[in-house]
Amino acid sequence: MNFGVYQALYIVSAGCFILALKWMSAPATSRRGVISGEVGMLLAVVATLLRHEVVDYTWIAAGLIIGSAIGVPLAMLMPMTHVPQRTAISQACGALASALIGTAEYYRLKPHGFTMGALSLEMLLGFLTTTASLMAFGKLHEVLPSRPITFKGQNVVNLGILGIAAVLGGVLVVHPEDSLLFPIFVLLALLFGVLMIIPIGGADMPTVIALLNSYAGLSACAMGFALDNKLLIIAGALDGSSGFILSIIMCRAMNRSFTNVLFGGFGQLQTSAAGQEARPVRSATAEEAAGILSDARTVVIIPGYGMAVAQAQHKIRELHDLLTKRGVDVRFAIHPVAGRMPGHMNVLLAEADVPYDKLIEMEDINSEMALTDVTLIVGANDIVNPAAQNDPNSPIAGMPILDAYKSRTVMVIKRGMSPGFAGIDNELYYMDKTLMLFGDAKTFVASMVKEIGANHD
Amino acid sequence: MNYEFGFYVFMLAAFLGFELIRKVSPLLHTPLMSLTNAIASISVVGAILIAGEKDASTLSRVLGFVAVVSATTNLVSGYLITDRMLKMFKKREPAKK
Repeated sequence: MNFGVYQALYIVSAGCFILALKWMSAPATSRRGVISGEVGMLLAVVATLLRHEVVDYTWIAAGLIIGSAIGVPLAMLMPMTHVPQRTAISQACGALASALIGTAEYYRLKPHGFTMGALSLEMLLGFLTTTASLMAFGKLHEVLPSRPITFKGQNVVNLGILGIAAVLGGVLVVHPEDSLLFPIFVLLALLFGVLMIIPIGGADMPTVIALLNSYAGLSACAMGFALDNKLLIIAGALDGSSGFILSIIMCRAMNRSFTNVLFGGFGQLQTSAAGQEARPVRSATAEEAAGILSDARTVVIIPGYGMAVAQAQHKIRELHDLLTKRGVDVRFAIHPVAGRMPGHMNVLLAEADVPYDKLIEMEDINSEMALTDVTLIVGANDIVNPAAQNDPNSPIAGMPILDAYKSRTVMVIKRGMSPGFAGIDNELYYMDKTLMLFGDAKTFVASMVKEIGANHD
Repeated sequence: MNYEFGFYVFMLAAFLGFELIRKVSPLLHTPLMSLTNAIASISVVGAILIAGEKDASTLSRVLGFVAVVSATTNLVSGYLITDRMLKMFKKREPAKK
């Protein structure tokens, strides 16, 4: 086995990727992690350009330039609230690249046996991840309805299509010359990607995005086997395991299984609950709420997807600053599945300059909820619904929640009384110590900030 | 046999990935996903090999070219936005006077 410059660079590159993930573990070292990842990728590209198989640079140069021209604005101009969408579209690009490389390799070599097996897997995962990520993008960007769409026999149809695609992929391994089958195989893989996302609702997106991330990595990994390239195997496996473990964390945070997320069609069945008679709730004005907040000693703010929709994070930071200045202990409680992707709330609050040591994880803050004077819930619903603990028949039974109901006073900023994603009523809203603050999150918080600034200084 | 070697590499890398990711604070899960998403654009290596091949067919060239474009889009935007996000994570004393 000959060993040249490019192999050596590939090894260093693999090391850089591993260090990148290692340094990613804590905020203090995380930017070093990104640099390490960039260096690794640069080395991989340079090493590949140095390989003697690569002779024609025009198309490569054009591709790199056009790709950068699309990539830079995609990263720099996207508002932070659009991070989930951007991740989805970027994933679609990566998966498409992987799938097309597989296609090119197939037409070029028509390989047999193991290589073709790896190519089939690469293309299957690549193509289905491409369309699935585009669908996810559509749902996250609300170009498509984010409610799950289900029909009778959906799972049978979906699994059938995946099954046929897999069988065709298998046939191609044995008879790669049968190029008629190939386009059918590709179409079925693309179709499955679309169908896979249709029954998935907005709140399940964190799990699905993570899972698609994993597929994209595994596709690159399969490419590594097909091209006999260990760097691709390592980078793909790192990505594959990362996406997989994140989706497991997300599933655990909802007390649901993978199958339930992927095939459950969660959140479309319980619409009947909305037909109940209106129950009395206590509501409060911005002035009253501001007064309660400034008199509290400890305040916990629980953000949810509604905060992202209303773009309320900056106003919330102002509220946090004002209250902190008055000596109130303000912290944020972050549920693992709040938002549309893992860690979504943290990024938004960090964008608004909330120091990250104020963002507390669920397990750490729940024990202190009983000692909290006021909990302010902004655009979150299911993740604070006590039904998860009290009602074994609830669709969210067993889901870990933030124990907002244990605090002395609960305040909920909400547009109206509509139920949350899971379509179930929230007992929390009807408790005696709960005050409903009706209105747009951003406007409401802004008036509270004004009130505290004017009257309580 | 090279494939066997490949599986060993895969297994070790996957376990390493699990161990590393488990240690990542949930605070950073979004940047982590962006970063691993950017690392998945390693497929640019395969794309370059296809697009730059000697005497490639037109089909190969076109597929390779599109693959280079989309892998680069993934790569560039993935790394840039990860860094942009991480820049925002600041630890600071509350209520600076």
